[in-house]
Amino acid sequence: MAVDQVAPAARPPFFYDPRVRAIFFQVLVLALVVLGGAYLVNNTLANLARQGIASGFGFLDTTAGFGISMSLVEYSEESTYGRVFLVGFLNTILVSVVGVFCATILGFLIGVARLSRNWVVSKIANAYIETLRNIPLLLQLFFWYFAVLRTLPSPRNSVELFGSFFLNNRGLTSPAPIPEAGFSTVVISFAVAIVAAFFVARWARKRQEATGQQFPRFWAGLGVIIGLPLLAAIVTGFPLSWSAPELRGFNFVNGMVLIPEFVALVVALSTYTAAFIAEIVRAGITSVSHGQTEASFALGLRRAQTLRLVIIPQALRVIIPPLTSQYLNLTKNSSLAAAIAYPDIVLVFAGTVLMQTGQAVEIIAITMATYLVLSLLISGFMNWYNQKMALVER
Amino acid sequence: MSEQSQDYTTGQHPDLPAPITATGIIGWARVNLFATIPNTILTILAVLFLLWLVPPIIDWAFISADWSGDNRDACTREGACWVFIKVWFRQLMYGRYPVDEIWRINFAYFIAIAAGVLLFVPGLRGKPWIGLFLLVGFPIIAFFLFVGDSFGLPGVETPLWGGLFLTLVISGVGIAASLPIGVVLALGRRSSMPVVRAMCITFIELWRGVPLITVLFMASVMFPLFLPEGLNFDKLLRALLGVMFFSSAYMAEVVRGGLQALPKGQYEAAQALGLSFWKMMGLVILPQALKLVIPGIVNTFIGLFKDTTLVLIIGLFDFLGMVQLAGTNPDWLGFAIEGYVFTAFGFWIFCFSMSRYSQHLEKKLHTGH
Repeated sequence: MAVDQVAPAARPPFFYDPRVRAIFFQVLVLALVVLGGAYLVNNTLANLARQGIASGFGFLDTTAGFGISMSLVEYSEESTYGRVFLVGFLNTILVSVVGVFCATILGFLIGVARLSRNWVVSKIANAYIETLRNIPLLLQLFFWYFAVLRTLPSPRNSVELFGSFFLNNRGLTSPAPIPEAGFSTVVISFAVAIVAAFFVARWARKRQEATGQQFPRFWAGLGVIIGLPLLAAIVTGFPLSWSAPELRGFNFVNGMVLIPEFVALVVALSTYTAAFIAEIVRAGITSVSHGQTEASFALGLRRAQTLRLVIIPQALRVIIPPLTSQYLNLTKNSSLAAAIAYPDIVLVFAGTVLMQTGQAVEIIAITMATYLVLSLLISGFMNWYNQKMALVER
Repeated sequence: MSEQSQDYTTGQHPDLPAPITATGIIGWARVNLFATIPNTILTILAVLFLLWLVPPIIDWAFISADWSGDNRDACTREGACWVFIKVWFRQLMYGRYPVDEIWRINFAYFIAIAAGVLLFVPGLRGKPWIGLFLLVGFPIIAFFLFVGDSFGLPGVETPLWGGLFLTLVISGVGIAASLPIGVVLALGRRSSMPVVRAMCITFIELWRGVPLITVLFMASVMFPLFLPEGLNFDKLLRALLGVMFFSSAYMAEVVRGGLQALPKGQYEAAQALGLSFWKMMGLVILPQALKLVIPGIVNTFIGLFKDTTLVLIIGLFDFLGMVQLAGTNPDWLGFAIEGYVFTAFGFWIFCFSMSRYSQHLEKKLHTGH
C-alpha cells in the first residue's frame, strides 16, 4: 500500500460540510417561522386594536347571561364565562365517556359476530360495518336527531318503556333517584367493596403463582361488590327513593330527563365508532395464529378457557393501539355536538361566548388546548395500559 | 345390501358419492347455519331480524314511494317522496351555481373522468404524464373554469358554490395538497436536524390533537385577524386552508409509518451508491414506503371525504348542507329522511368504491411472495 504517495485530499469547501449545511438550514427555517409568526401577531394586534376588542383572560370572570339546557354543575344566567367553560367541558367529557363505553361493547359484539361461523350473522355484521363506516358521522347524527328523535310523539303521547321510562320529542324521561339520610354509607361501602375485590384478586393471583392453587376470584369479587352495599342498604333501611315522572299539562314533572341532543349524540357516536372497533377486534382475533388454539386444546383447556386465557390476551396486544386512536377519535368527534345544539365546549364556549365577547384568539386557544390535553391524557393512559399488556421479551 | 353385494367382489367396492346431507345446499346449510343448537337458534333469530327490518324498508323506498310530480302535493302515498330529491336535484349537485354556467362544472368533471379512465387503460404509454396532468394541470384548468372572471367566462362567487360540487372541490383540494405536504412533514419529523424535527412534531401533534370543527372555527374567525388591514380572503379559501393543515398532519403520520417500516439496509444501500438525500428519498425510499402505506393513505382520503361535511357548521353548503337547507324550506318540511337517505347513498358510493379500489391497488402492487 503506497499510502504516502497520494497527496492528502484537499478539504472540500465548507459549504459542502453536512454539519455546516444543517446549521445553516435550521437557522433559515427558524428565521422564516419567527418572522412569519411576528408578522401574524403584529397584524392580529393591529386588527384587535382597530376593532376595539379587549384581550387577556379577564372575560372569564364576566357574567354570561345566557341559559344552558344541560349542566352537571350548578349553573344559572348569572354565572361567569369561566363557569360556562366548565359546564361545556363536563358535558363533552360526559358524552365521550358514555360513548366510549357503548361503542366498546357494541364494537366487540359486532366484531365477534363478524367472525361467527354462522353465515347469516357474519353477513349482517359485515353489512353493518360497511354501511356505517362509509357514511359521514355528521349525516348519521342529523339522521338520529332530526329524522328519528325529532319525529317522536309529544310528551302527551310518549312511548312508554317498562312502565317508568318515557320517550318523546323532549328526550328520555326516567325516574330520578332521591338519596335520603344514610345513603352515603351505601356509597362508601360500595367503594370499599371495589377496593377489597381488587386486593382479593391480587392475593389470589399471587397465591396461584406461588402454590398453583386456584381461587374463584371473579365470583368472590362480584359477591363482595354486590353483597357489601346490599348489606349496608339493609342496615340503613334502603335510603333511596325514586321520584317517578308524571305527566302534568304538556310536559313531565319530577323524574330526570336526558335531552334528545344527548341521546342522538351518544347513539350516533357509539354506532359509528363501533363499526371501526369491530374491524379492529376482528383483525386482532384473526392475528392470533390457529396453532395457539390447537396448542391450548392439546393442553386440555376447554373452549372458554382457551378464549379467556390464550386468545384474548394475545389479541388485546394487537387491538389496544388502534383502539386508543378510536377512543381519541370519538372524543374529538363529540365536538359535532355543535351541529345539533348539544351544549358541549364547542357550542357554548367557542360558539356563544365567542359571539358575545369577540375574543376569538383566547377562546379558540383555550378550546384547542383543552382538546389537546384530553388527547394527550387518553393516549398517555392507553400507552401505559399497552405497556402493561405488551409481550415481555428478553 | 344383499342386492349390492352380488355385483362386487370383496375389496373392490367403488366410491360412493358423499351423503346428500354433506354436499350441495343442504350440506352448506348444515355447516354454516345449523351446526349446533345455539347456532340454529342464532340463525332463526337473525332471519327473524332481517324479516322485521328489510321488507318495510323496501316497501318504503320502492313499492309505496312517489316517483313522479314536481311539488309536494304529488306525494300522497305512504312511502318515500322521491319527488323531493327530483325537485332539488340541481341544488344538491351544484348548489346555487348559475344554471347557464353549470356546463363548466360538467366539463371539468368530464376532463377528470376522461383522464382517470385513460389511467386505467392497460398498456397505454405516457401514464405518468396523465397522472402529472391530473395533479398539476387539472387543478389550474378547474380553478379558471369554476371561478371564471377570465377568458370571457363570467365570474361566479364562491358563496354560490354548493352541493356535491363543493364537497368534491374541498375534498379534492385536501387530498391533492395533503399528500405532498404530508410527505415533507414526515421527512421533517424523521430528520436529524433538531429544530426542523421539533417544528414538524409540534405542527403534526397540534392538528392531530384537536377536532376538525375547532380547526374550521379557527379558520373562520381567526384567519381574518392574521391579515393586514383591508385584506380579506374568501370563506371557502379559509376552510380549504384549515382542511389542508388538518389532513396533511394525518397524512404525515401515515407516511411516517411507511418510512419506519422500511429496513435500514435500504437507506444504507442508497447512501452507499452515492445518492444525495433527495435522490435517495425520491428513487429508493419513498416509492417503497408509499406503496407500503397505500391502505392508510386511502383511509385518510376516505376520512377526509367524510369530514368535509363539517364545513356546513361554518356556513358553507356542501352536499349535506344543501339537503339540510332543502329540508328546512317551508314548502318541503318533513322530508328529511328522504334527503338523508339520498345523501348517505351518495357518500357511501364514493367511500365504498375508494376502499375497494385501495384493496385492488394493494393486490396489484404486492410484489412480495
